[in-house]
Amino acid sequence: MRRNVVPVGIAMAALLVSGSVAMAQDASPTPPPVASGILKQVQDRGQLVCGINGALPGFSQLDEGTGTYSGFDVDFCKAIAAAVLGDASKVEYRTLSAAQRGPALQTGEVDVLIRNTTWTVTRDTSWGLFAPTTFFDGQGIMVRADLGVTEASGLASATICVQSGTTTELNVTDYFRANGLEFTPQVFAEIDPTYQAYEQGACDAVTSDASQLASRRSAMADPSAHVILTDVLSKEPLGPVVPLGDDQWYNVVKWVVFGIIQAEESGITSANVADLTTSSTDPQTLRLLGVESDLASYLALPSDWAVQAISAVGNYGEIFDRNLGPSTPLALERGLNALWTDGGLLYAMPYR
Amino acid sequence: MTDVLSTRPMDPPGAPRLPPPREERGIVGWLRHNLFRTWRDSIVSVVLLVIIGLVVVQLLEWALLSARWGVITQNLRLFLIGLYPADEAWRVWLSLTVVSVVAGAQAGTRGGYSRTIAVWLIAGQLTVAILALLSPMGPLVAAAIAANAGLTLVVQLATAKRPLPGRVLTIGWLVSLVATLVLLHGGAGIPVVRPDAWGGLLLTFMLASVSIVLSFPLGVALALGRRSRLPAIRLLATAFIEIVRGVPLVSILYLSSILLPLFLPGDLRIDQVVRAMGGMTLFTAAYLAENVRGGLQAVPRGQVEAAQAIGLSGVQIDRFIVLPQALRMTIPANVGLFISLLKDTTLVVIVSLLEILGIGRAVLAQAEWLGASFEVYAFIAIVFFVLSYSMAHASYRLEAALGVGRR
Repeated sequence: MRRNVVPVGIAMAALLVSGSVAMAQDASPTPPPVASGILKQVQDRGQLVCGINGALPGFSQLDEGTGTYSGFDVDFCKAIAAAVLGDASKVEYRTLSAAQRGPALQTGEVDVLIRNTTWTVTRDTSWGLFAPTTFFDGQGIMVRADLGVTEASGLASATICVQSGTTTELNVTDYFRANGLEFTPQVFAEIDPTYQAYEQGACDAVTSDASQLASRRSAMADPSAHVILTDVLSKEPLGPVVPLGDDQWYNVVKWVVFGIIQAEESGITSANVADLTTSSTDPQTLRLLGVESDLASYLALPSDWAVQAISAVGNYGEIFDRNLGPSTPLALERGLNALWTDGGLLYAMPYR
Repeated sequence: MTDVLSTRPMDPPGAPRLPPPREERGIVGWLRHNLFRTWRDSIVSVVLLVIIGLVVVQLLEWALLSARWGVITQNLRLFLIGLYPADEAWRVWLSLTVVSVVAGAQAGTRGGYSRTIAVWLIAGQLTVAILALLSPMGPLVAAAIAANAGLTLVVQLATAKRPLPGRVLTIGWLVSLVATLVLLHGGAGIPVVRPDAWGGLLLTFMLASVSIVLSFPLGVALALGRRSRLPAIRLLATAFIEIVRGVPLVSILYLSSILLPLFLPGDLRIDQVVRAMGGMTLFTAAYLAENVRGGLQAVPRGQVEAAQAIGLSGVQIDRFIVLPQALRMTIPANVGLFISLLKDTTLVVIVSLLEILGIGRAVLAQAEWLGASFEVYAFIAIVFFVLSYSMAHASYRLEAALGVGRR
C-alpha cells in the first residue's frame, strides 16, 4: 500500500497541473477536483471493495475454474477498479445478504454495492446514491403453454408459485388486487422448490423477476412448453449504489457506467479500444478515450480510465452477452436493456 | 450357547446336547423369529418391506441414474477450501499434514478414542482423495491427500510400538494449531490470505475448532467465576452467561456482522470470519460454563472440605480435586455441545460467509447447475452426518476409557 503513495502523488500533481492548464484554456468556473474521500481511500488502499450477491446466476456467481466471482454485476466492479486503479483484478468482493447490504453501505464497509438492488426512494435517501441503472428488470409471470393464457388477466383463480419473503410476493398480491382478480398463492421458502413445484404441475403459473424466469425456463426439461407473459407486475431497476455524502465518488461510479454504455453506442469494444485511441476520427470516441480531452480530470481519474475499463471488461453489449446473453445458459434477450437507439432504455449522458 | 442350553432346568441330566431346530437357525430362523412369527406380523412385515423397497429403489434410481453429481465433483475445490487462492492451496494440504502427524502420534500413543478419531480421519482423507481424482483438481492433489492418510497410519503404527511422552503430544497439538493458523493465514514470508477468503469445509473446521479451543478455557473460567465468593466476579460471570444464553446465536452473528462495524473507527476493519469466530466462541462459552457448573456441583462437598483440611489453597483445590472430576463428568454434555456447535457453523450463511453450506448455495447459483439443489444438499447432509457421528463415536470411546457413569 505504501508503495502506491508516490505514483498516486505524482498522478495527483499531474492532475493538478493539467487541471490548471484546462482552466487557462476553457476558463472553467471551478478548478477540477483532486481525489478525496472514498476515491482517495480506494487509490491509497489499491483495492476496491465491492459488495455483491455472490449467488445470483449470471450476475455474480462463484467460478470453480478461477476460484473467484464472475458475472454481470462483477464485471461492473471490475470496470470501476480498472478505471480508478488501472487493474480490473484489484477488487475485494464482499458477499452480502439482503439484510446486510444497507448497513454495509451506511458504515462504509463497501465502496460500492452492486447487488441486484432495486432503486427506490427509501434506499436512495437512506442507504446511498444510485448510479445509472445497469439492468432493467421487472416482475413477470411464466405459465404452461398448454394453458392457452396470453395475459395475466386470464389467470383468474389460478394457483401461482412464489418465493416467500421477497417483494415478488407483495407485488403479485398488489397486482391481482388492483385488477380485481382472485388467485391462490403457493408459497415456498427456497428458490429451487418453487420452480420444481411449478414444473411438476403444483401451480398454474410461477412469478419472479423476468430475468430469473428466463434463466429457469432454459434449465427446464422442455423450455418451449412454458411462456413468459408480457405483463410486467413491477419495475425493478438494478444498478450500483455508493455511500451517501461523497459526490466525487458518486460521479466516478456514475460516469464509469455511462462510459461502458457509451462505448457500445460508439462501437468501442475490448478488442478495438487500443487501436481506436490512434485510428479513430470520431471526436466523441476520442474524448471518451481521453486522447483529445482532459475531461477525466473533472472526475479526478487518469485520462485513460475509459480505455482501462473497456479493455478489461468490454462495452455494455459485451458484458451482457458474456454473462446473460444467448450463448450463456441464461439466454436472456436484451429487451429493455438495449441501447436507446435500438428501442431500449440505455442512454448515456454526453461526455463533454 | 450350548452351555446355556444344557443348564436349562427342564433338560434332564445326561440329555444329548442338540442344536436348535433347523428352522430356528441362521437367517431363516432370524426372519421367522422376528418378522413372520404370526400371520399378523407377516402382513405388517410384507407391507413395510414393500414400502421400504419402493423408497430405496426410487432413491437408488435417482442417485445412480438421474442425479447430476458433477455439481459436487466439478466444484469439489470450492466445497473443500472455498475461495482460498488456487496457487496457495498447498498450504491447506500442508496444514492437514501437520494435523495428520499429530493425530497419528496421539492415536498410536494413547489408543482408545484417539484411534477412533484417527480411523475416521484416514477414512475421510481417502474419500476426499477419491473425489479429488474425479474432480478438476486432478491426481496430484488426490495423491497429496491420500499421502496424508498414509502418513497418519504410518505415524500411528510407529508410535504404537514406541509411545511418545504425554508432554510431547500436548506440545505437538499446540504447535499444530499455531502452525495451521500461520500456514493458512500467511505472514512471516508467505503471502497473506485473509480469513474472508477461507471457505467450504476448511472454514467449517476452522470456525468449529477455534470456537471449541477458545470457548473451553473461557467457559471453565466463567463456571468458576459464577461460584466465586467475590460478588463482583460472580455478578459479571452470571450476567454474561444469562445474557448470552438468552439470545439466539443468529442474533449474536448479526450483531457481530452488522452492528459491530458501526462502533469501530472507520479504518479499523475486522474480518467477517474473525467476527463470526468471536461470536460463536462467546456463545459456546456461556453454554459450556453451565455444563461445567453442573459438574462442579456434582463433586461432593466433603472432598473440598477434606482438601481444605489438609491445607490445600483454593486454587489447588480447584486445580487438583474439583475440576478433574467435574470436567470428566461433563464430557458427554460438552461433546454434545461441540457437535451442535459444528452444525451451528452453518448459521454463518446468514452473514454471507461461505462455509460448506454457503458454498453449496453459491454453487447452486452457477448458471450450468441451476436446479441441482437435491444433490448439493444431500452431499452436505452426508458430510455433516459423518462429522457428527465420528465425534459422537469417539466420545463414547472416551467416556468408556474415563469410566464416566461407572465411577
